[in-house]
Amino acid sequence: MQLEYFLLLAAALFCIGIYGLITSRNAVRVLMSIELMLNAVNLNLIGFSNYLDPENIRGQVFTVFVITVAAAEAAVGLAIVLAIYRNRDTIDMEEFNLLKW
Amino acid sequence: MNLAEGVQIVSFGILAVMMIGTALGVVLLPKIVHSAFLLAGVFISISGLYILLNADFVAAAQILVYVGAVSVLILFAIMLVNKQQDYTELPGRKIRKIATAVVCFGLFALLGTMVLATPWSLSGASPAAVDNTVIALGEHFFSDYLLPFELASVLLLMAMVGAIILARRDLIPEAIATADSRTTSLTLPERPRELATLSGEEQD
Repeated sequence: MQLEYFLLLAAALFCIGIYGLITSRNAVRVLMSIELMLNAVNLNLIGFSNYLDPENIRGQVFTVFVITVAAAEAAVGLAIVLAIYRNRDTIDMEEFNLLKW
Repeated sequence: MNLAEGVQIVSFGILAVMMIGTALGVVLLPKIVHSAFLLAGVFISISGLYILLNADFVAAAQILVYVGAVSVLILFAIMLVNKQQDYTELPGRKIRKIATAVVCFGLFALLGTMVLATPWSLSGASPAAVDNTVIALGEHFFSDYLLPFELASVLLLMAMVGAIILARRDLIPEAIATADSRTTSLTLPERPRELATLSGEEQD
């Protein structure tokens, strides 16, 4: 088992997350793509923690912080989606142009 | 992790295929509910990868927080905004999808060459140098990472308050002005629920 396997896997997951973030039109699916990207970052951190710094596992500490921030982001993001849905009666990302022009 | 090398490689392969497949399902499937369930599959397989990387506490936290909380939260959001709408076709959307796929694949190629070309300064210690990660993590949290730990708790409180304020229904001034005598001081000042939404429209 090598570090490069995990890094390549995390890179693939991150790129899938970016593709979903840009192309999906459902606002909830955009939030799911953001979760995918955050998980790719976590996988990178754990991989570095295991292979480059196994004595004092600082990468795992940062992963716990990233999980905390991701949970807060999911709650606030879904609340924003609910508020926009209540006001605009749609969840299509192409029609969210309140701040656009 | 005292598994044999072959067992580790086989389980890594299974988990990697599971993770990539379910992640592609999250992004590409047309029904959003299927995507939400597949997202839980992504989280579970990532937790398995954490166990392969000797991070047992983080694997448990991943299961608890992501599979237990975030997936359920997303499912509740899908049920609350369950609107079946046909998206209007926009011109040039297919070109945008193809361009995004090309850009993402290029980014993956760039990251892959960077990962393979960098000479990582691998540590000489054995990967399982810490035999109890919970104790090591606790020492980090309460000594050199104490300030970020406390800030994380404040952040969670702020996120909770913000989510409640964002998601509650708006105040209606005339409803308060013409409030009947049955309202007490304990009644929440909320908009009355529309009766049209309760009539049980057929939505799948």
